[in-house]
Amino acid sequence: MMMDIFIAFLSTLGAVAILFASIGILRMPDFYLRLSVTVKAATMGVGVLLIAAAIVFSDTEVTAKVIAIILFLLLTAPVAAHMIGRTGYRSGISLWKDSWIDDLDGKYKKEDKEL
Amino acid sequence: MSLELYFDYVIFPILTLSVILSFIRLYKGPDVADRVIALDLIITTGIGVIAAYSIRAGQALFLEVAMIFALIAFLGTIAFSFYLTREKK
Repeated sequence: MMMDIFIAFLSTLGAVAILFASIGILRMPDFYLRLSVTVKAATMGVGVLLIAAAIVFSDTEVTAKVIAIILFLLLTAPVAAHMIGRTGYRSGISLWKDSWIDDLDGKYKKEDKEL
Repeated sequence: MSLELYFDYVIFPILTLSVILSFIRLYKGPDVADRVIALDLIITTGIGVIAAYSIRAGQALFLEVAMIFALIAFLGTIAFSFYLTREKK
């Protein structure tokens, strides 16, 4: 019984984190803010759901599989977010009107967007 | 309230709602990059749905599909960003 409550708590945490990520991708005003909200919250939610699965099955094979998936997500999600963010900046997506700092301003050449 | 009922009535509706919300962004996103991150979020939510369903059904075998999904999401985002960079030149 105690175990069921713990599993329910973990999976609710994961599902609510994923829900926050999707609300963020819908409501944020800007591509960069959407990117920054989405990747972290979704990775945390999926990681917590997978940990809940590992606790439910409590099996060496399943735990190894879950650790492999979580490590892969933690390695690849920031790389993919960086790549798509750089592509968005280089293809000239403008910032939100109230964003007042742009560290890359003037670092790229205007015509071909190379450093 | 058993764990199966809790998954049926709370966890799966929350995950379905988040897929629907990110699908709205995929539909109306003003730029291609917005659509790419919406697609990435949908696939990541799919991994979560697979994990929740494998708990619900008691089948640990479904987690292999989640592993393949994680691979495909990364490769898809990288391929889209390469394609968009190449197209601009």
